[in-house]
Amino acid sequence: MTEGLIWGYVYPNEAEVQWSILIVLYPYITGLVAGAFIASSLYHVFGKKEIKPVARFALLTALAFLLVATMPLVAHLGHPERGVQIMFTPHLTSAMSGFGYIYSFYLIVVVLEIWLSFREDIVKKALSSRGLKELLYSGLALFSYDISERALHEDEKLARRLAIIGIPSAAFLHGYVGFIFGGIKANPWWSTPLMPIIFLMSAIVSGIALLILLYIVAMKIRRHAIDHSCLYSLAQYLWVFLIFDVVLELLEVVSMKYESLEEIEIINILLSEKIATTFYGVQLTLGIFVPFVLLLLVGIMKNHDTLKTIMIAVSSTLVVIGVFAMRWNVVIGGQEISKSLSGTLTYVPVFFGMEGVLPAVVIFTIPFIILLVLTYILPPWKDMEEATE
Amino acid sequence: MNGDLTMSISRREFTRIGCRVIIGAAAGTAIIESIVKNSLASEDKKGEYDWNEHYWGFVVDTTKCIGCGRCANACKLENHVPFDEHLYRTWVERYRVLKKEEVKIDSPNGGIDGFTNDIPKEDIKKAFYVPKLCNHCDHPPCVQVCPVGATYLTEDGVVLIDYDYCIGCRYCIQGCPYGARYFLAEETPHHKPHSVLGGGVADKCTWCYHRITKGLLPACVQACPAGARIFGDLKDPDSAVNKILDKERINVLKPDLGTRPKAYYIGLDREVR
Repeated sequence: MTEGLIWGYVYPNEAEVQWSILIVLYPYITGLVAGAFIASSLYHVFGKKEIKPVARFALLTALAFLLVATMPLVAHLGHPERGVQIMFTPHLTSAMSGFGYIYSFYLIVVVLEIWLSFREDIVKKALSSRGLKELLYSGLALFSYDISERALHEDEKLARRLAIIGIPSAAFLHGYVGFIFGGIKANPWWSTPLMPIIFLMSAIVSGIALLILLYIVAMKIRRHAIDHSCLYSLAQYLWVFLIFDVVLELLEVVSMKYESLEEIEIINILLSEKIATTFYGVQLTLGIFVPFVLLLLVGIMKNHDTLKTIMIAVSSTLVVIGVFAMRWNVVIGGQEISKSLSGTLTYVPVFFGMEGVLPAVVIFTIPFIILLVLTYILPPWKDMEEATE
Repeated sequence: MNGDLTMSISRREFTRIGCRVIIGAAAGTAIIESIVKNSLASEDKKGEYDWNEHYWGFVVDTTKCIGCGRCANACKLENHVPFDEHLYRTWVERYRVLKKEEVKIDSPNGGIDGFTNDIPKEDIKKAFYVPKLCNHCDHPPCVQVCPVGATYLTEDGVVLIDYDYCIGCRYCIQGCPYGARYFLAEETPHHKPHSVLGGGVADKCTWCYHRITKGLLPACVQACPAGARIFGDLKDPDSAVNKILDKERINVLKPDLGTRPKAYYIGLDREVR
């Protein structure tokens, strides 16, 4: 079976692609987390008032995705029962060994940030409800009911400080995922110091785009008007970060082609044959160029709020798909070229099985369910709806 | 009847047979002794292996390899590598530079079954075989990237894997520039998959660590009929490896990656990566 999928010469041990669709999903999910968190920081840290309606919702989104970020990794391990060793006996020269710590630290930051920004609501709910609900919210409030103005002011100050820590940790969490690939000198398609920053930029665009989509969908479901100034502001940030993203992604490929080192022949085959559609088509054209133009038009156009909303929704959808293609092109693309630099192989995803498409789809739907539960316990709708009341 | 037969051997004949047996036994012992001696990697006293006293190295003389694939076969047998999977601790590559300036590289089943002549002789400019195996780098990228330290460089210069500790993330397989590592999912004497979860670990050549620490040669070296694989102690100035390193011009694979391999190659062509 593998014979027909191999072109040229690949080392005999390379007949199987080691990192499957689950490992494509992992940087994709952490990217969404980092992006959503950074979007919320635009309000929490940089005081961008127009982002306020979605700031807390963005935090919940970040948490929902963060909670599943480890799933594709653990499911992929040959010995998942030993996975926790990465925390207990980390081998610190490995980029991967930091994962447990960075992840845990970031999780704590996000949970604390959410707790601080929802504390007033939690306390109010605890005081106004009875029975199990009272117990739940009292527990969430940690049985501390001080919501005096001074206390809330303190909360806000602390939340801001946390968010300031949160930005570098979000950047680190995802930049580090980029380094997992960028630091592999054995693979010419991965090995570039640009990788962490490319991952970070694509993370931010995917996170903002996801937030835009979730916001629009949430407002549609709740039959509430969309706050256009918030939406346009998000779209504007998306546009700006798209520029950084595309510049870096092109810079990587352009410098590879310009320098034309030993590996250029196989890179050219990768780009022109193996991942041509997903790279030039989906990642660059659909994922960056089309949304870039659409969002530019949104910025120029006056009135036509409905049309602009549709254009933003389409752009965001394309960005979210494009960034998935980017993760695919890195993770799978890098494994479709042989380290012999003399051949290629083809990854054929299976549907069922531990590393199939089905578990990937299942894992990817879990954060949406978690988000639904989170918004039920900690409704963020007040901020999203009061501006347009 | 029996008595008749014994009685029928004359004294002269008896002496002749006796002499043959004695000479044969003496010569046989000498031959076996020399074989054993040649196949020794070191001469430690029994059970007293000290890894501080050795630093192993490997020489591949590509000019001698005949592509028979016995090494790859011996390796799979010795190390219980599944024969029905595309998993190789060592393999033989064939390079054929064609007259139309094209290079054909192949290694069907790692060379275990030998090679077939599927290109007419007159189209080939030059051809040669290159045996490959783990380079046991002094700066091993696989060791660098292992998140739990399950793979490590020993004091005697060999890169090994702790199969009971490996979490199976496969980062080392990605990190190895030589394709020397593979994912072992089947049960072997080294690795037992989890009873419920199944699963696997990274695996690769150990230079037959279980043999060299007993003073024996790696299985591939012993099996090579052409003397293309030479193994020895870099700390011993008279070792087979040092004798070659002292006088031959040698190279390593992908030297630019800074991995500092300890598998040294004689006659490495520019096409070989």
